[in-house]
Amino acid sequence: MSAPTLSVRDLATHFFTRDGVVKAVDGVSFDVGRGEILGLVGESGSGKTVCGFSLLGLVDPPGRIVGGQILFHGENLVTAGEERLRQLRGKRIAMIFQDPMMTLNPVLRIDTQMVETVLAHDKVSAKAAYARVRDTLVRVGIASPDARLRAYPHQFSGGMRQRVAIAIALLHDPELIIADEPTTALDVTIQGQILFEVQQLCRDTGTALIWITHDLAVVAGLADRVCVMYAGRLVEQGKVDDVLDRPLHPYTRGLIGSVPSRTARGQKLTQIPGMTPSLLNLSEGCAFRSRCPRATTVCETSPPLVELRPGQAARCFHPHLEGADSERAGL
Amino acid sequence: MSAPILELRNVSKFFTKRIDLAGKIANMLGSDIKAQTVRAVDDVSLSVGQNEVVGLVGESGCGKSTLGRVAAGIHQPSAGQVLWQGGEVVGKKATTGRSFALGIQMIFQDPYASLNPRLRVADIVGEAPLVHGLVTRAELPAYVDDILNRVGLDPSYKRRYPHQFSGGQRQRIGIARALAVQPKFLVCDEAVAALDVSIQAQVLNLFMELRAALGLTYLFISHDLGVVEHLSDRVVIMYLGRVVETARTEELFARPNHPYTQALLAEVPRLDARKRSYVPIKGEIPSPIDPPPGCHFHPRCPHAMPRCKVEAPLLREIATYHTSACHLNDQT
Repeated sequence: MSAPTLSVRDLATHFFTRDGVVKAVDGVSFDVGRGEILGLVGESGSGKTVCGFSLLGLVDPPGRIVGGQILFHGENLVTAGEERLRQLRGKRIAMIFQDPMMTLNPVLRIDTQMVETVLAHDKVSAKAAYARVRDTLVRVGIASPDARLRAYPHQFSGGMRQRVAIAIALLHDPELIIADEPTTALDVTIQGQILFEVQQLCRDTGTALIWITHDLAVVAGLADRVCVMYAGRLVEQGKVDDVLDRPLHPYTRGLIGSVPSRTARGQKLTQIPGMTPSLLNLSEGCAFRSRCPRATTVCETSPPLVELRPGQAARCFHPHLEGADSERAGL
Repeated sequence: MSAPILELRNVSKFFTKRIDLAGKIANMLGSDIKAQTVRAVDDVSLSVGQNEVVGLVGESGCGKSTLGRVAAGIHQPSAGQVLWQGGEVVGKKATTGRSFALGIQMIFQDPYASLNPRLRVADIVGEAPLVHGLVTRAELPAYVDDILNRVGLDPSYKRRYPHQFSGGQRQRIGIARALAVQPKFLVCDEAVAALDVSIQAQVLNLFMELRAALGLTYLFISHDLGVVEHLSDRVVIMYLGRVVETARTEELFARPNHPYTQALLAEVPRLDARKRSYVPIKGEIPSPIDPPPGCHFHPRCPHAMPRCKVEAPLLREIATYHTSACHLNDQT
């Protein structure tokens, strides 16, 4: 891989609340290369959304990025000023949010909102901007764009609104798109359409994509690499095939076992006992240890993220290694 | 299959938006505003056998929740019959009505909205059995403890309020509330949709344990085919108010017949399907206010024929326990 589009190093975003410090993102590192789709998976409260927001500097007080680097083509976005971020947002890094009803302005027509986005970054004539908007809508699969452009967001269905949101993200051909659960609120057939469009676009334009989701199955079908988050930390990362077929971390393993699959019909699912811990004043050590079947006293200290197989790393003292792995690791 | 515990015969449920005063005045002045009718459920027949789990699958707006509510007796059907253990229940208030009402309980999707925030857990769970005389006031605390234990909640939490619990625990309270009146049949409307994957697995396991322990029958409504496949004996697929296909679970997933079912199965993301290219079905789900004529699916169907635009296909048996409503089955 050539130099990655985005390289995140030890990112830490903490929320300083009255009740204590919430370490929503605590030392997260990953890379996304050109044309690559990275799945960022976690359950609610794992910090995946805050992680996505941090990349664009969208974290509101009491939250703050307290450490680490976000290197976008080598430029550190953590230290970049608000003006510099404003230049990048929407132009070179775009974001797609979960709920398109919240991100589109309900009192403006689609054409107003989209042309505005074009003109915010490019000095082009209104006519040229309109033509670009129209072309982009066609690209995301909206039929009769001229009629659709004159409509208001409430006149669209959920799937169509999400397409408009994706079209807005694509207007400037960004190098990186951060998508936060964009298909969670959609029906299966509509989700299939959106995934199809997104896959096509990344393949054609070489856009890097970070797909944040709780749904492992979507990641399985879409992503090249996957990062699994738990309680603000990356517990495992690697290629999709490696992570899903041979998970190292007990949490990843539990998560995969929890998904009803074709092979285990009617059998008991391997559930993870307990529930996700509160991130408030999280104690030292592996956050998963209270739910982990393999936990021992050593887990009371924080395990480091170790590359246990080529390209696959896990943050665990007792990973699920197979015979061949132990030999290679010289254990 | 054993004798059906619940049978729906040609059940329909319409919701009509009446013309309001402004509309009536506008009509007097010559405009043409008509009352809008949503055919949420349109002539559906379904029977559920004792101790069977029937999965009801469909996308938003297909009427699956409405059908579940009709089955649970929350909505009265606009037409058709609901039979509980062989006896009709619609309009009955006496003994059958009571046995039906207690025998079928519903578990709702949103565990945040379906529990009264101002009642303690003990009251949420204990109110109904007390009112219906299933337990005396003296026995109630022990009874509530027993039910809470059964769904995996610590009885020491019973003085707490719903907001003090997590989503998965709240869903357990909802299940405990339903179980408190000793039902035979549970209608679960998207009961695990709002939960995280690891919590979802816990609740699904609980459903299966309860089925084995109490001999429960389920109508399991979900948009998640993976969950339905895991849990159900039989699957019913709905599209815009009509049943398009029913079959035993293995059969349906192995040999889907209706083009909609085939599309639905192809779209479902699976853990074992990697880097696949999605081949989506075209178009949107039409509005149930003005569904397409003939077969509701024909505007999106890759096999649509002229006949599909005029004639609604009937649900016909194409194999044992496998019915499908598609004109393609008439050829050959």
